[in-house]
Amino acid sequence: MAQPATPQTIDPQSAADPVLSARPENRVWKKFRSHKSAMLGGFLVGFFILMALMAPILPIPDPVATDWGAVRKAPSAAHPFGTDEIGRDVLSRLVWGARASLMAGVVSVGIALLAGVPLGILAGYFGGWTDSVISRCTEALLAAPFLILAIALAAFLGPSLGNAMIAIGLSATPIFIRLTRGQVISVKAEDYVEGAHATGLPTHRILTRYIFPNILPPVLVQATLTIATAIIAEASLSFLGLGQQPPAPSWGSMLNTAKNFLSQAPWMALWPGIAIFLVVLGFNLLGDGLRDALDPREH
Amino acid sequence: MTTPLLAVEDLSFRFRGHDQDVVQNLSFALGRNETLCIVGESGCGKSVTALALMGLLPSDAVRFGGGRVTFDGDSYGIEDAGRIASMRGDRMAMIFQEPMTSLNPAFRIGDQIAEAVERHRRCGTEAARARALEMLRRVGIPAPEQRLDEYPHQLSGGMRQRVMIAMALANDPEVLIADEPTTALDVTVQAQILDLIAELQTETGMGTIMITHDLGVVAEIATNVAVMYAGQVVEYGSVQAIFDDPQHPYTIGLMSSVPSLTGPHRRLSTVPGTVPSIGQMPPGCRFSSRCPFAAPICAERPPLAPIGGADHQVACHFAPLETMQERRA
Repeated sequence: MAQPATPQTIDPQSAADPVLSARPENRVWKKFRSHKSAMLGGFLVGFFILMALMAPILPIPDPVATDWGAVRKAPSAAHPFGTDEIGRDVLSRLVWGARASLMAGVVSVGIALLAGVPLGILAGYFGGWTDSVISRCTEALLAAPFLILAIALAAFLGPSLGNAMIAIGLSATPIFIRLTRGQVISVKAEDYVEGAHATGLPTHRILTRYIFPNILPPVLVQATLTIATAIIAEASLSFLGLGQQPPAPSWGSMLNTAKNFLSQAPWMALWPGIAIFLVVLGFNLLGDGLRDALDPREH
Repeated sequence: MTTPLLAVEDLSFRFRGHDQDVVQNLSFALGRNETLCIVGESGCGKSVTALALMGLLPSDAVRFGGGRVTFDGDSYGIEDAGRIASMRGDRMAMIFQEPMTSLNPAFRIGDQIAEAVERHRRCGTEAARARALEMLRRVGIPAPEQRLDEYPHQLSGGMRQRVMIAMALANDPEVLIADEPTTALDVTVQAQILDLIAELQTETGMGTIMITHDLGVVAEIATNVAVMYAGQVVEYGSVQAIFDDPQHPYTIGLMSSVPSLTGPHRRLSTVPGTVPSIGQMPPGCRFSSRCPFAAPICAERPPLAPIGGADHQVACHFAPLETMQERRA
């Protein structure tokens, strides 16, 4: 019998092509870095995260300390972003408010992922009755607009930042169930899943090692984009008084009080508005960039 | 033939919602160190037969009409999913057609092979990894120590098929089912893969069921050949018998549609038409709608199906064909 292989000649391509021979993480990273708007998004998000993390050590006044001598003062050297209706420093509240906003975004999406992905996997993989029950419930939830559902849930749970996160998370869950279910249905038809069956692997291993990692990229992209939506939702709930409770700062509640003084103190609304805009833009650009970088068609 | 390693008798099943069998009265026998080739054009039931043997057909989509499998002396019904599942990947392994998509893109190939080993042998991760390395070496992958930690997309098609083979053979199966393992590969790589399978077969003595529509492959590696048409074995016999003396009109049609390098140039003949869909099977011989020799009896009564194990059998009312020639004359 002939020697089984002519090793070096079989595979010249993968050795020569730097893109092919790189690990997938490297490849994705490379592609992501060359994506300008994604890098901008990453920078914006990074900036706000850093700001939120460093809030306690930044040289800014206490966000809840009132100063009756400086009520609704326009931006100045002492208060670069101005002060609000009871003399609190807007910059400081903005910085501390980033914590509430980012936390709300990340935690509520975390909740949505934890609830949505397993349910989606169950529905997609097992089909039949399991799928029917989960999918019908999902559709029922999707029938209610996202924000209305979040408001209703938050009102039901009671006003607090924690409850707002739960409400937003639950409202975002159906999106993840749907997405995961669809991905699972397409991945479970892949040859390697059939191969895993042929190897005799048990179902739970197939789910965790073969299905889950391969549905992850689109779910991650959706998660990033949903963080942006969740931040807006948190701001909306806080604006309505259902989120962060005073005196603790949050961008949404800052807007809520600012709306009463729009003509006298426009800066009170301007800065939190800009902050929400930038962070949401950042997450959206980041999500789009991730989607492009993880897109298997372009590999 | 001595006691076969794997014998299948009268395997029949249909998909739910259809009233015709997709595979009907299929029988064959496979000995150690033997290769059975199942040939036939697309859609004639080769791959579903393989999936049925591996117990990989979804139980809610299939109704078995019959089928007894005798594997190394143990006899069980084809519908005994639990029994088959306990052997799957261990004593019976399968290689798929598409090496490009048959490996999990999210895992290093070493881990994938090791996983198959760990599953069936109660051994530790280290031992499984060592086994994976050994298998990569055995299937002729260069620099296996490095390849172990590479992802499937870093390998070429031929390499991936080698990995698939390594994975399938990691647990020393007694029966290997290869479903068109070379169809997706370059011709040069095809030959290497076939050599590799043959070589590993002589080493381990496993029985191989090779599904293919490439008669060149058949001639090269088969011990026995089962020619399938529309879910039935129409001709079964040793490779010499089938190639030297094809009897069924369908087999003859297949043979004459293969281009030849030697001999006079001629127009390649084809078997006109396509395999009838499952709802439109002729009541008699399933090939009668395309058979150039069809007589009235062919459309009325199905011929007897070949039984596995015998040297050469044909499911045709007019076999051996010479008798018909005489009758016509």
